[in-house]
Amino acid sequence: MGEAVTDARVLARALADPASVVGLDPDGWTTLLAMARAEQLIGTLAIRLDGLAMPAAVKAILADARAAAEHGRRSALWEAEMARRALAAVDCPVIVLKGTAFVAAGLAAGQGRSIGDLDILVPRASLDAVESALLAAGWEWVKPDPYDDAYYRRWMHELPPLIHRERDRMIDVHHTILPLTARITPDADALIAGSVLLENGLRTLSPNGMLIHAAAHLFADGDLAGGLRNLWDIRCLLDEFGTDGLLEEARRHGLNREIARSLRLVATLFGDDVARGVDCFYARRLTARDGWGRPTRPATRLAFYIRSHWLRMPPTMLARHLWTKFRKG
Amino acid sequence: MRHAFAVRIGPVGFRIGSDWRAPIAHLETLYRDYPKPLDGVPDFTVRLFARRPWRRFLRPSVEIGGDYMLPDAAPLPLRQGLLAAEMAMNLQMALGARRYLLLHASAVERDGRALLMTGISGAGKSTLATLLAAKGWRFMGDEFALLDPATGLIHAFPRLISLKNEAIAAAEAACPDARMGPLMPATPKGDIRHMVPDARAIAAMDVPARPALLVFPRHGFAPEIRSVQPGEAFVRMTQASTNYVALGEAGFRALTGLIGDVSSVAVDYPDGASAIEQVEALWAKL
Repeated sequence: MGEAVTDARVLARALADPASVVGLDPDGWTTLLAMARAEQLIGTLAIRLDGLAMPAAVKAILADARAAAEHGRRSALWEAEMARRALAAVDCPVIVLKGTAFVAAGLAAGQGRSIGDLDILVPRASLDAVESALLAAGWEWVKPDPYDDAYYRRWMHELPPLIHRERDRMIDVHHTILPLTARITPDADALIAGSVLLENGLRTLSPNGMLIHAAAHLFADGDLAGGLRNLWDIRCLLDEFGTDGLLEEARRHGLNREIARSLRLVATLFGDDVARGVDCFYARRLTARDGWGRPTRPATRLAFYIRSHWLRMPPTMLARHLWTKFRKG
Repeated sequence: MRHAFAVRIGPVGFRIGSDWRAPIAHLETLYRDYPKPLDGVPDFTVRLFARRPWRRFLRPSVEIGGDYMLPDAAPLPLRQGLLAAEMAMNLQMALGARRYLLLHASAVERDGRALLMTGISGAGKSTLATLLAAKGWRFMGDEFALLDPATGLIHAFPRLISLKNEAIAAAEAACPDARMGPLMPATPKGDIRHMVPDARAIAAMDVPARPALLVFPRHGFAPEIRSVQPGEAFVRMTQASTNYVALGEAGFRALTGLIGDVSSVAVDYPDGASAIEQVEALWAKL
């Protein structure tokens, strides 16, 4: 089924140019839907294709996806509200990040987006107070392992993940946007100072701040898993806010290369530009998915996995970390 | 994938891909009388695959994947590949279905009205539905009953009937003409054998039914019938639904509507024959 389709470029094209789906045969639709589900973009696809001519079976599947995304949006906003109430007595700005921020601010990037954990950013000086307030309000540690706990607290940009004992939802409490061990050290105070107040008292990053965070998350941290969705976020943010002052602000955080790469890859995967040089490699990783929703290109994936560890910590520290993890089995 | 099969069960289309021929061959045989997915586009994709290439041949081990996956699902040996396929299809329903409120219940129909039976594994959902079908009821499903939030009707999901342990012999005795899958001994759920629902169940699978009676059966007790208060029935059904929370308000409305429409009854029974009598008597009084 779908032999002609070799990777998720067909999904990227459908998102950027919805009319490109007109005339798909049943196998083409099946491929597109499986890829969109695997990349957690089915809700986004459903919103983008709404109103186009399509087979009744596809229409029904996408209507379900829209309903699921709407439920996800409501749940995410409710979880943010729960955190707001828990932290109301802590005197610090609370900034919601990623998907929750997009839907809280009513941005195009939030339309149909799947949202997992609640991510918030608070000033590092307020971490202890925030942690105590969340624990008092029913959140609990997910990883009670002492090494992991100590590792998070010493080296990561976030607390060890917490989960709410009744609602079963996770919260990641960040104090900056990249691990402390990474070579790039963004200015978290500047991001917080530039944040924007929402009606309910929570905050989001500024438009440029959201773009810089999205680019940092995609290209300076992690192995690009779920990267197509993150790149789509960037594409929507660029579309909505433009690039005024973006590169200058990114440079202040040491993330101008990541922003420039984001702009190029958006133009490649969601536009007509042709990738050049090392960007081709990134594009190959971002679209490494087949018509059955399976991950493809294992060598490319492995390379980006190794790169994620290389980015995250210096070699001697990486060796020590892996040794400790290995001994613990 | 190397081998593939597509099928529609009730309103839900599936495509199953496999690294091995054997599970697909079983599905082709057992689901031969079923239609294909609507418009040729399945609702869900299921993948049966080897974690490592050599695991296709060396102690072949079937991993369960698809649109929706559990991170810690244990693989099954290849001789249980049909079970893996059925589990994977159920998993797509449990985690992915949004069009219907999924009730973990078996369902049979008579005169356009549906009888739902729900309970923990071993309560007798599959067995009772099979026995009732042998007595002339229309079989609608032994695993999930699909409640349409828009209409309040139950849609059939007559997948292969999953018979476990003693239920295998009981069903074979009640339905001597039924087509059966391979006997799979010593699976994680005990001995399992799949039975193809009768021709009528397949032919009428697109016909929904108005729910009339909700039964909570319990096997291995002296015969007793108690009415279940709506509040208790509601809470038990929230626990028996895999997507009640995910449906949000629509799920709440659908379920409160169902509980308002049906009589809810707990039925303790010592054996199948007695259960059939108890249920028929309840039905006659509706």
